[in-house]
Formats: sequence, C-alpha cells, structure tokens
Amino acid sequence: MTEITKQFQRRFADSEVQAWNPRRYYLAVERDKVVAAAEFLFREIGCRFSIATGIDTRDGFEILYHFSHDASGVIYTLKTLVPKDDPQVASITPKVPAANWIEREMKELLGIDFPGHPNLKPLLTSDTDWEPCQYPLRRDFDREPHVKPKPWDDK
Amino acid sequence: MSDDKSARRIVPIGPYHPLQEEPEFFKLIVEGEKVVGLEIELGYNHRGHEYLAQRMTWDQVPFLVERICGICSNSHPFAFVMAAEDCGRIEVPERAKFIRTITHELERIHSHLLWVGLAGHFIGYNTVWMWAWKYREPVLDLFEMITGNRNHYAMNKIGGVRRDILPEHVPDIRKVLDLVEEKVKMLTAAVLDDPVILARLEGVGILPKRDAIDLGVVGPTARASGVDIDVRRDEPHAAYDRVGWNVVVFPEGDVLAKAKVRLVESLESVKIIRACLERMPDGPIENRVEEIAPGEGIGRTEAPRGEVFHYVRSDGSNMPVRHKVRAPSFMNLISNEIAVKGYSVADAALCLAAVDPCYCCTERLAAFEDGKLRFDGKELLRRSQEKTERIRARMRR
Repeated sequence: MTEITKQFQRRFADSEVQAWNPRRYYLAVERDKVVAAAEFLFREIGCRFSIATGIDTRDGFEILYHFSHDASGVIYTLKTLVPKDDPQVASITPKVPAANWIEREMKELLGIDFPGHPNLKPLLTSDTDWEPCQYPLRRDFDREPHVKPKPWDDK
Repeated sequence: MSDDKSARRIVPIGPYHPLQEEPEFFKLIVEGEKVVGLEIELGYNHRGHEYLAQRMTWDQVPFLVERICGICSNSHPFAFVMAAEDCGRIEVPERAKFIRTITHELERIHSHLLWVGLAGHFIGYNTVWMWAWKYREPVLDLFEMITGNRNHYAMNKIGGVRRDILPEHVPDIRKVLDLVEEKVKMLTAAVLDDPVILARLEGVGILPKRDAIDLGVVGPTARASGVDIDVRRDEPHAAYDRVGWNVVVFPEGDVLAKAKVRLVESLESVKIIRACLERMPDGPIENRVEEIAPGEGIGRTEAPRGEVFHYVRSDGSNMPVRHKVRAPSFMNLISNEIAVKGYSVADAALCLAAVDPCYCCTERLAAFEDGKLRFDGKELLRRSQEKTERIRARMRR
C-alpha cells in the first residue's frame, strides 16, 4: 500500500484497494463516487489521466479509469461496475478534461452513457454511414452483417 | 481569403490520405487570416484493432498491434508484451531487455529525424528536409540488418525478443551512431542558428503548461510545455534504469521547443544505445511462456510521440478477454484546439504538425466558395513557405 492508496481509502471509506504489484493498484468504487474519486486523483494527488477502458463482463460493464502518478511511476486504476440494464455513469470530463475523447469513444463502441459530458457525439463514426446503437465491443455484437462483402457496383 | 474580418469561415483540412497512418479531419475556423477555432474529427482509419485483438491468440496479437502505426511500429508490440508479462507475471531475460531498449531507441531516432525533415519542408527549408531524411536512411538500414525489415521489425514476443543482436552487427551499429550523432548536432546548430527559422518557430503554437496538464498530453508535446514526464524514467522498464541519460524538457511550449526536444532527444537516444551495447550481458533472449494466467495487466512505454498504453485482461485462455490500446496521439491531438488558436493560416500547418500527428491531411486542404476552389494543400504549403520568404527578405534589409 502506498501513501496515496491510504489517503484514498480514508476519503472513500467503502472503496476496495487491490495491489497487483507495487506499480499497479486497482481502486474499486461505487458508481456514484466515480467523479469525486477521479477529481481527487487528478486535482489533489496530481495524477495524469492516461486513458479509460470499458469491458463487457458477465456481471455488467466494468469501467476502468487509468491514472498515472508520474512522480512514483505507479498506475492507479479506478474501477466501477455498471449494471447492464442501466449502462450509464456520470462524466468525469468537466473535472478531468483529458477524458473528453475516450468517453465519446466508449459511448460509441460500448454504449455507455456519460451524463454531464459537454459534447457526446460519436468520435470515430461521425462521418460514416455506421448506424448508431451498434456496439462492437459488447459481447452480443453480431458481426455477420458487417463482414459480408457488399456487391460491387460497377457503373 | 476574404478581407471581411468579421466573416467566419471554415477551412477544412483532410480528411483522408492513404500514405500515412493517421488521417484526421481538421476544421479550421478562421476570421480572415486568423485562426479562431479548431474542430477535429477522426476515425477515418479506425480498423477495430481492439475488437480484432480479442479474437486472436496471445502470440498473434503482437503482429496485429505492430501494424497500428508504421513509424513507431516497435512501441505498440513492446507495450503489449509488457502488459501481457505484467498480467502473467512473466520475467524477461536481461539480454532481451537490452535488445528491446536498443530497437526502441533506434526507432526514436528515425522517427524524430522524420519529423524534423517534414517540419523543414513545411517552412520551406527543403535542404533541412533532404538532410534529415538522408541521415535517417542509415538507421533504417540498421533495422534491416538487425531485424530483416526497415519497418515492422517484429522483435518483441511475450517473454523476450525474437532475434538476437549478433556481435558482428555491433561495429556497424556504432558506425551509424557516430554518423547520426555528428549530423544531428550539425542539423541542430544549423536550425538554431538560422534567424529565419527562429522567427518562424519561436512563439508560434504555444501550448501553456496548465492546458498540457489538463489535457493529459504526453511525450515531446508535454515536455516542450515544461511538463517533466517520461515513462522511460518514471516507470523504469527494459534497460532504461541500467544506463545514464537525461529527460529533455523545455518550458516554452512553442513549436521551437518541440523541435528542440526532438533534436536533443535523438542525441540522448544515441547515448542510450551506446551504453546498452557496452553493458549488454550474454545469455538467453527469451523465456518460454506456457500460458498467461488470469488477471489484468498494464504495459506502457515511451514511444517517439509519447506514452503508449496497453491494458489486457486474461481469463487463462489463449486469447485476451479485453485489450485496450491508447496511442500517444489520442491525447496529443486535442491540444491542437488550444495551440492553433490566434495564429495565422500560414502558421496553422506548422502548429498542427508540431505534435507530430499525420501530415497527410494538410495536403488535402481545400476551401470551396460558391463551388470554386479557393484554397488547397499546395496553397497552404505555398503560404507557409512564402511567409518564410517574407521574413527572410525583411531580415536581409
């Protein structure tokens, strides 16, 4: 445990800290604490927001926010679980501007909604004919219609 | 452009050019000559690597991620194998760590020289362009000698590297390092001594330190704004903690600072490779890996453009359950929205190129008005080069 994880646990009493190795800590919090926890890591501790990952698991969508503490070379990953029937979590972008694009990407590819995001339009497919509400990173995504070759229009 | 200062117009740059790796679409919002805003659209080259990686075996993924980027094609497999090693708690032999470091630093040299050349071309210094690329060539030849390929080296595998650096390669590597060091020093002196280049680069495209931290920018873009981060030092991996070297930081935040960071960094890379060649121990170059145990792992390394971040999760099967890739440009590009504001259209190409994303887009610049072409990529290049000429003429007087 580092000084930062101790501080984190004092602030967020019901959080769960897991040490994978001395450079990788996973901090699990409830969904409604995500914004406060991200703001704590970013503003008070001075971590750099590296990226976020969304994972479709059996129990729900897991959202991971990776914060890099560059002074010590440790990555603190904030973890939360979002139920499948209500896939949304408050946006951290107003507090952590660096999360702007990745939240747009997660909305687009995994279908997680981020209320509070200033501009949640698709990041990658805004200029394509990709229909919205098809989420390729979900387990139940059917790729068959997308891999069938389209007939060549030889005009 | 129109003389009407109050009229806002959009100058589209991009979106697509098949030659380089990252097509983006920049919408420059301009008032007369001045840039007042920027919107970025991307996704033109989205190939679904994360989706694909989850359907490949652990040994196949390095080959897939190697193809994410053609210029820094060592960084992604390097970060991925470290993520897998973190996840499976796999040790890597010492010699493999040194070989990984050497290939990684050679890649940094060739990538930075590529950028210097293109930046020179943008401001109308084609000599800089030709020189930088001329001295980049021997580095690519080195890669061909060591790995068999000028690009896509395929050196990394989980548990080690795939090819050894043979003793007969070492004298050739040293010879190229001597050449590169001499020429980069010459190029640095030539660039920094030229008043016209200084006038073009100094104070242009400033990214303040505060914004750099807020936007989480990485690599030379961050270090040129005074943010002292470098994954090679902050989280020592491979052989970076075995050799002495310095992190190059400049506080100004303008294009000149970014150029200086890259030039000086190339010299640091030369230093690292020399020390690695000296201290490289003998021994095996890979550990046999039976399986990746269930768990999760993060691997990251400093690519030429900044931190590359890979996250993997394993359930003990032969494929990753989830594989997240974050390239440095994903964080750096958004900083253009700040860095380009307030400068002229002639400087825009340079500002957008300063974070070292993809230059291809500027070649496709086209502004239409009433269906007639007013402006295209050549025009932007011409404007940029003309501005250099104007400064040059002014200095002569």
